[in-house]
This record gives sequence, C-alpha cells and structure tokens, in this order.
Amino acid sequence: MTDRAVRRPASTARSFWGALPLLTLIIMIGPVLAGLFGTVLPAFGYLPAAGLGAFSIAPFTDLFAWNGIWAATRLSVTTGFAATFLSLAIVTLLMAGWSGTRALRWLETLLSPLLSVPHAATAFGIAFLIAPSGWIARMISPWLTGWDRPPDVLITQDPLGIALTLGLVTKEVPFLLLMALAAKGQSASTQRMRVAQSLGYGRVSGWLKSVFPVIYAQIHLPVLVVLAYSMSVVDVAMILGPTTPPPLSVQVVKWMSDPDLSKRLIASAAALWQLALVIAALGVWWIGERITARLGLAWVERGARNLRLDKTARPLGITLGTVSALSVLLGLLCLGVWSFAGFWGYPDALPQSLTPKNWARHWPDISDSLITTLLIAALSVAVAVTLVIACLEAEHRTGRSLSQKGLWLIYAPLLIPQIAFLPGVQTALLITGATSGFWPVSLMHVVFVLPYVFLSLTDPWRNWDPRIDTIARSLGTSPTRVLFTLRLPMLLRPILTAAAVGFAVSVGQYLPTLLAGGGRVATLTTEAVALSSGGDRRAIGAFGVAQTLAVIAPFAIATLLPYWMWRNRKGLHG
Amino acid sequence: MKTLLTALPLLASLGLPMAAIAETDPADWDAVTSAAKGQTVYWHAWGGSTATNDFIAWVGDRVSEDYGVTLEHVKLTDTADAVTRVLTEKQAGQDDDSAVDMIWINGANFASMKEADLLFGPFAEDLPNWQYVDVDGKTVQTDFTVPVEGYESPWAMAQVVFMYDTADMDATLPTAEAMLEWAQANPGRFTYPQPPDFLGATFLKQVLIELTDDNDVLAKPVDEADFAAVTAPLWDYLDALTPVLWRQGQAYPATGPAQLQLMADNEIDLAISFSPGEASTAIANNQLPDTVRTFVLEAGTLGNASFVAVPYNSGSKEGAMVVANFLMSPEAQLRAQDPSILGYGTVLDMAKLSEDERNAFANLDLGIATLSPAELGTVQPEPHGSWMTRITQEWTERYGAGQ
Amino acid sequence: MDNGLHLKAVEIYRDGQPLLQIDAQVGPGEILTVMGPSGSGKSTLLSFLTGHLAPAFTATGQVVLDGYDVTSQPPEHRKIGILFQDDLLFPHLSVGANLAFGLRGGTKSERQKTIETALSDVGLQGFETRDPATLSGGQKARGALMRVLLSDPKALLLDEAFSGLDTDRRAQIRDLTFDHARKKHLPVVMVTHDIDDANAAGGQVIQLGA
Repeated sequence: MTDRAVRRPASTARSFWGALPLLTLIIMIGPVLAGLFGTVLPAFGYLPAAGLGAFSIAPFTDLFAWNGIWAATRLSVTTGFAATFLSLAIVTLLMAGWSGTRALRWLETLLSPLLSVPHAATAFGIAFLIAPSGWIARMISPWLTGWDRPPDVLITQDPLGIALTLGLVTKEVPFLLLMALAAKGQSASTQRMRVAQSLGYGRVSGWLKSVFPVIYAQIHLPVLVVLAYSMSVVDVAMILGPTTPPPLSVQVVKWMSDPDLSKRLIASAAALWQLALVIAALGVWWIGERITARLGLAWVERGARNLRLDKTARPLGITLGTVSALSVLLGLLCLGVWSFAGFWGYPDALPQSLTPKNWARHWPDISDSLITTLLIAALSVAVAVTLVIACLEAEHRTGRSLSQKGLWLIYAPLLIPQIAFLPGVQTALLITGATSGFWPVSLMHVVFVLPYVFLSLTDPWRNWDPRIDTIARSLGTSPTRVLFTLRLPMLLRPILTAAAVGFAVSVGQYLPTLLAGGGRVATLTTEAVALSSGGDRRAIGAFGVAQTLAVIAPFAIATLLPYWMWRNRKGLHG
Repeated sequence: MKTLLTALPLLASLGLPMAAIAETDPADWDAVTSAAKGQTVYWHAWGGSTATNDFIAWVGDRVSEDYGVTLEHVKLTDTADAVTRVLTEKQAGQDDDSAVDMIWINGANFASMKEADLLFGPFAEDLPNWQYVDVDGKTVQTDFTVPVEGYESPWAMAQVVFMYDTADMDATLPTAEAMLEWAQANPGRFTYPQPPDFLGATFLKQVLIELTDDNDVLAKPVDEADFAAVTAPLWDYLDALTPVLWRQGQAYPATGPAQLQLMADNEIDLAISFSPGEASTAIANNQLPDTVRTFVLEAGTLGNASFVAVPYNSGSKEGAMVVANFLMSPEAQLRAQDPSILGYGTVLDMAKLSEDERNAFANLDLGIATLSPAELGTVQPEPHGSWMTRITQEWTERYGAGQ
Repeated sequence: MDNGLHLKAVEIYRDGQPLLQIDAQVGPGEILTVMGPSGSGKSTLLSFLTGHLAPAFTATGQVVLDGYDVTSQPPEHRKIGILFQDDLLFPHLSVGANLAFGLRGGTKSERQKTIETALSDVGLQGFETRDPATLSGGQKARGALMRVLLSDPKALLLDEAFSGLDTDRRAQIRDLTFDHARKKHLPVVMVTHDIDDANAAGGQVIQLGA
C-alpha cells in the first residue's frame, strides 16, 4: 500500500513526537500520583520514618474522634458549594443579561487583569475592606454609622465561613467569566439569541434556554475546578477563614507541621478525607447538573417567554458583577494605601500621613523573595511552555488530537486537592533523600502551570491556518523550520499570553512552595501568607502590592512586546 | 508530644547513624571562625513580626561583614515546623547538611530536641561572648526548668507585660481577677492570641500561676500532678472570660503582633506581650497609637530567655556558632534592646561590660511605653514545659474546635 | 524521460469509503482543471499531491513527477508548489523576506538581485521592505506567485487561487500565473469551481463527484 510507504521514512520521528504527550503527562501526573501514594500509606498507619510500620485504621478513628472534625468538614463542603454556585450564578446572570453589550465588555476589561492576581493578595485586600475596622467601615464612620469604635462583630474569620466564601467568589467570578466568554466564541451565541429574540423570548430567558447549555458544556470542567479548589483552599482560608476550628485543609497543614510526627498519620487521614469529600462533592455536582438539565428542558418545553425576568435578572447580574470586581480592585488599592501608611487609626478614612518608610523597611525581604519568585516562575513557565508547544506540535505532526479523556488528565492536577497529595510529596522527597528546595518547588510549579498554559495556548495554536504550513512545506521548508520561522513567530502573542498566565499561576502558588520547599524557599506568596499571622497591615500591604505587580508585569510584557516587535506588521494585529 | 517521645527510643534502636562528621571544637574559636567563612546559615525563626525580621536582617549584614557568613532567615509561622524538619531528616537518615542550621527556640521545643539528641553541643558556654552573660541574675542556664547545659545560646530576655490604651482605660489591673472584672465591664475589648500560639499559651500559664496557690507543682512535669484539680480554676476563669472576649471568643488573633493591629484599630484596649519594649517599638513604627502604655501584675509576671540552638545535622555549625556568638555581643544586645529597633531585654550583665558599653545601655531611651527594670518587678519562672503542651491541648478541645 | 506530472491510478478514501479516483497525465506547461461540487474531494486531491493528507484519509496509487515517484516523499522534498485562494503571505515577514523564504541557494547579493528582478517582473519593484498587510489584493497575489516560482518547483497546484479576487484583477492574475507556468514548463493542476478559469486554462478538465 502506498500510504504505508508514505509513512515509513518518518516513523522514527513520528514515534519521537508520539512519545512527547506521554512524557508531558508523566511530568504532570507523576508527582500527583507519587504524592497520593505518600499520603495513603501514613493514613493507614504506615510511616516507617517515624518508626510506625503497622497498618491500621487508627488514624481515621483518631480523626473522627477529633471534636472539630464535623465543623471542619461542614466548612469545607459549604464554602465549596456556596462559592462555586455563587460564582457560576453571577457569571450566568452577567452573560445572560449583558452578552454583547458595552457594559459587559467594560467589565471584562476590568476583570481580566484580576484573574491573574494571586488569591492571597485578593484575600488580604478583601479582609482589609470588610473587617469591622476595614476601609468600608472607616469611610462611613462615624458620621453615618455612629461607630466611634469598630463594632464587635465577627465579619472575617466567621465560623460559617461567609467571608471565606465571598473572598473565593470575587476571585472565581473573573475566572469563570473569562472561560465563559472564550466558550461564547464557539457557540454561535449571537445567531442563537437573534433566533430566540425573534421568537419573542426575553434576553435572559432566551439566553438561558438557547445559549447557556452550549456554554456550560464548555466550562463544565473549569466549574469543577472551582468546586474542588474552593473546598480545599489553604492560603485564602488562612486569611479569611475561621480558626475555631479552621477548615479541614488548614487543619491538615497544622497537623503536618506538628513536631509530633505521629500527627502526620492523622494529617494524612484528614487529607484523604478531604479528597473523599471533594470526589463526593464533584459527584453531587454532577447529579445536580443532570437534574438541572432535566428541569431546564421542561422549562424550555413549556415555551414561556419570561420577559419579566429581564427586569430583575439584568440589574442583579450587573450589580453583583460590578461589586465583585470593585471589591477586588478596592481591596488592592487598600493594600497599596496601607503599604504607604503612617499611623492610621480608626475611624480615619485615610492615614494621617503617607511615608515610604514601610517600603524601605521591607524592600530587602521583598527583593529577595521577588528574585526567587521570578526565577521559579521563569523556569517552570519555560518548561511548561516548551512541553505544551512540543505536545501541540506533536499533535500537528501525528494528526492525533487530544481526546476528551486526555482533557480530564490535563485537569487532574487542578481537580485533585493540593492538600491531598502535597504532604505525600514532601514525605516522598524526604524518604528518597532528595533535598527539598528550589528544584522540587520548580517541578511542582510545572505541575500546576502546565494545565493552564495548555488550556490557554491550545485554541490559538489549533486555529493557526494549516495552509501556511502547506505553502511553506511546498516551498521546500522542513517541519522544524516551519515551526521556528513561521508558527512560533506568528503565534508570539498567544504564546506570551499563555506564558503570562503560567507566570501568574506560579507566582500565586502557596502550598506547593511551602511543602516542596521545606521552608527554605521564600517566595512573595509564602512570605505574605506567613505575615498574615502577624497582622501587620503595612507589611502585608507591601507584599500584596509586590505580588500583584509580579503578575501584572508579565501580562503587560505579553501585550506590549508583540506590539513592539510587529509594529510594522499590520497583519498580526487582528 | 507523648507519642513523639515514646517513638524516639524506638528510632534509636533502629540503629540510625548519628552525626559522624568531624566538627570544629567550639572552644577553638579561631578554627571556628575560619571554618565559618563562606558558610550559609539557615536560621529558622518565627517570621510573624516585622521588627524581628528587620533585626535578623541586620544581624545577617553584620556577620557577613565581619565573618563572611551568609545568614538566611527562614520565616516560620511556628517554631515546631523547624523541629519537625530536623526530626524528619534524622528519621530519613539525612545526618548532614540539614535544611536547618539554627533555630530560635525555647521551652517545649528545646526540651524535646535535647531529649531526642537532635542538638549540637554543648557549645554555648564556649562562645567568646559568654563571658558577658548574666548567668546569676537571668534564667539563661535553665529553660522552662530544663537544664540548658550549653545546648542553646541565649540572646534575649522576655517578660510578660500587658499593653493598654490609656485613651480607653484609666487604670492598670493588678491581678487576673481584676482583668476578668474589667473585661466583664467592657465586653469585646480584650483578647489573646489563639493557643497553641506561644503568646496565647503564655497568657494561659500566667493566669494559671495567678490562680493557683501551689506554684511548686508547676515546676514538675505535668504527669506528676493532678492536672484536672490544678487547672480547674483556670477553666472556670476562662469560662467566665470567653463570652466577654473580643468576638465573644469565636475568633482570636493568630499571633501577638496581630493584637497590635487590633489595638491600633481601636478594636481592643488590652493585650498581652512577651516583650517589655514591644509597645514602644510599635509606637515608633506607627503600629500603635502613642497613648499605649504597659503594666505588670502585682505578683509579678512570667519571664524567660530566648535562645538559639544548632541541629546535630547542620552543615554550617561553625557559621551558626558565629551568629550565636554575635547575638550575645554588646553591639547586638544594645541594638536589640533599643525600643525603636526591637525592644528585647538583654541577657548581658552590665557589671561585666566596659565603661562605654555600660553607658550606651544606660543612655538608651527605652521609649514612652517601656517600664524600667525596677518597675518590671518580680520575674516568675516558667512552669515545666509539659504544662504548656497539656494546657494548650485542653484549651484547643474546650475552646478551639467549635461548640 | 517521462516529463510532467503523472497521477497513476490515484484513489482516495475517507474513513475507508472511496472518495475519488483519478488517473491523469499533465505535461510540462499543461494545465489540468479539476472541477466539482464542494465535498467532492478537490482540495483533498491537492493535499494528497502536496503530501498533507489528513489522518482520516488514505490513498493508493502513485504521484510521479518528471519520472520520479514522489508519493512517499515528505512535502518539502516533492518540489510541488501551491497557491491558495488567499495570498497567505507570511504576515510577520516583509514582502522581500517572503520571497527569500522560498528561494533556494545563492550568495546574499545574488539572492537580493533575484528577488529584485522577480518583484519588478510583476510590477512590485521597490516593495522588498513593505509589510504584506499594506498591499492590495492583486499585489499580494503577485507576491505569492513570485514566492512559489522562486522556490523552483517542478509542478504547480492552484487551489481556487483566483476566487478571492474581483473580476478585473482575476483575469489579469490568472493570465500572469499561466504565463509564468508555461514559461517555466510547469505542469499545473488547478482546482476551481469557476468555468471561466477552466476555459482560460484551455487544457483537460476533470469533473469530480459528478
């Protein structure tokens, strides 16, 4: 057969390219599996490093004998579901009520940079805003509220985790909104809406009935990521969450760092319990999706036009979306003000004086951790971008594209709670004698950076006109030269954007840096979270601002560099 | 902690190799300094206070200038992290080049590390600057009743004081009972860091010492006492206090410095501190209003020393000794005592210093909120370390895990 | 010598189902026009000829160019040039660099000279440093034609190459392309849906999927 003959000369090259996705998968999933393994063994009493070698279920009985277990479990579940549901609801209302309007585009511009701001910085900003002595209270006191002193009400660290939930929502709304907007491009939503509205449907009901199912199918995995993340987050929970008891994930970290090594058993058991909770929650959400789909179908079949829905849903959507965006922006501004504040007592709306003293004082620490942060981010992003490009190029050359199952694997490190496998990674590092520090941290960052780089680069890569390749090859150009002289330069902008996304992900990592770094690796995020226990708003403000700049700067470069490089090439500024 | 201590003999029986590397003799100081040159010392120290972080950064600059030692401050949220780290390394057989070269330590953490042979030493009394240390007047040779025996080197004295805002409170409070009465009259204006935070646990011990008649029983291990009976007055006291605490005791500041922010925000009027100069330092740094002052209880308050210890498997023991020695130098001690820098009490004996050095200490402006050594009054000794562990556990069960 | 392009018993299958079959000989300077409705496999045939058949397709038969069987050659070794409906000049390279991209061999000054001549041949003298995005449709088409010709192909494929142009330009560019192909004795396979193109070519016409 001639077509066989076509393939034969290239077969070694093909097997090389065919192996690349596998290699990438091993780099990404390997540490996760190793970590899970390192968590499962101690959870069942096996920790030879502590002289404990007998398998038993004692860690679990100890766990459920802890009198905070149910409160911690409830917190994990309620904040997870509440944050996910609220974020999705806000995004849905926004998209349904305001798709294609200038208001939404404006909000999108406002929200996109927020996506990259590390969770910790956002959480600090929110805490500075909403605390009883926070900025909002200061601005309206005492003239409006009569509060000469901050009211003694539990707003942050509340036992119900409301502040924690709100903090998560403000961060997940931009994420889901941008995911949904990306999905919108492939859903022919404008045409669908035109049809729905010409049939007499309202904006909101028409969108919910004709566009939402398509978009939800595309953001289904990101929504699950939000759910898993919100249930098991550590850094935000340390900043905004309650402490008596803390959410389950924070308690795991506390047990992990107890000098009593046997506490690692209960920590591992709790980590597995957290994993089970997340899996169960994902299952419940899945069932919820089915039920909603059925109810939604019945609603569609009834054919109600629901015109009045627009009157309530549209204002509600834009209000919630704006409040969410503004609270993050104001929070960040508040971090900035605190970082320059002289004495700032309650209820002054602004500090008595502004001073560069705080910055001068913290700059040595900030610059050290900034350098570490940038090195780790640059290294992990370089590895991740190279692997992703190699995988996409392999896909192009072998003609085999990623299946739906493969997509689940890409999402795996984001769906499995970090707290479930990172303690195991730390144990595994110690057992194998590998020194924790810069290199393991960078590798762990690759695990979390890779999925985001992949998700961000895939569409632009696949949308590249394949006829360019045909032409170049027919001009006698080798595939490798096509890659380096045509595809990469032409895709410079999306590649840099993906790198900036990866950079932001790396900068924001708390738990992987803490646990794989053995405390030796100080990044802006670990330093900022460590400072949170001290409550020094000036120091936290300065680190939060530094964190924010460390992620905004790469985005600025990713936007400006292609402009500058291709300033004389109009064809690349579509 | 009990499990840990019982697990340790077991480990020893596994025949894990002990530190086997030839070390420089601490007494041969020239050899120590020449070996130290070029070493990097990872000092694991609590990083929640910006004033302390600044001081440690300054120490790093100085030892780098004078001895060519690079000091890296690994900022901990809990000293136990560093202890765990060394323990885990030992269990994994990593007997050299530990991630930890020096730990800011005292109390239970020191006791358990010493007990488990995780410490290098004795070295402290061989350091050149040991000659200036006030071994008679300050508790630098026992640490929470555990003999130090040169396994850790002192660098600061701490004593409990209470910070209060004179803008909101007119009088100091002489006893724990008076504090409870005041709190009941002014609900929501007092709190303490959440145990197991060190300072929060210290508050519990301070109250226990106030309420118990028999302080001798606290000097012995907790196993030898009737824990329930001895601590019953403490829990009665806390049951009465908790509902009138800030946020009704549903939330607590995470650490001591977090109380400063609450005071500056006028959320609370009264807070505990383990550093007589902390309030003055915080006022200088804009972290507290200048109306804050400090007081001690009539019967005296708890005091102890802060030490640094070197893990047995540190790869930079000489560098760590150089840093430990520098911390005891009159230069570093003077800076640490300066309230605009750190405001920590010195471990040195003024009588052993030169005329100039003595004057420098005498001329220090202790700051408006700092009590003089005479006003600080009686220093009560720390209870045996095991008390803190048990009291903290009990507190967590009663107040730290929800209703 | 068996000059020209010979498609020997070519059959293409989509997912195992026969899509098209063709057996044709295109001599040097001749134009074979392939017509047919969309979905009939016109473009797939060209993909097969350039060596870019998508994995869903399989093919049997041989492509023989100037006596050499190139069926198993990778695209870059076949010396078969192609022009698409859109000009597809590489947007990040100047017009001159686009031409240089295809040009083989020569010293720096020779290459420069060749490009200069090629550009002025099609009325684009002095366009070397221009951004392709600033060119008119006809100028772009002429640039693309010169780019493929400079790569010294042994055959030329035209995939609806003129359908993007307005009516006046269309005939002009078509004639220019045919002229150059004939001058260089290139066998040409043209896929089009426009009967004017076929008439202008004047060679054999194969109807697919009819």
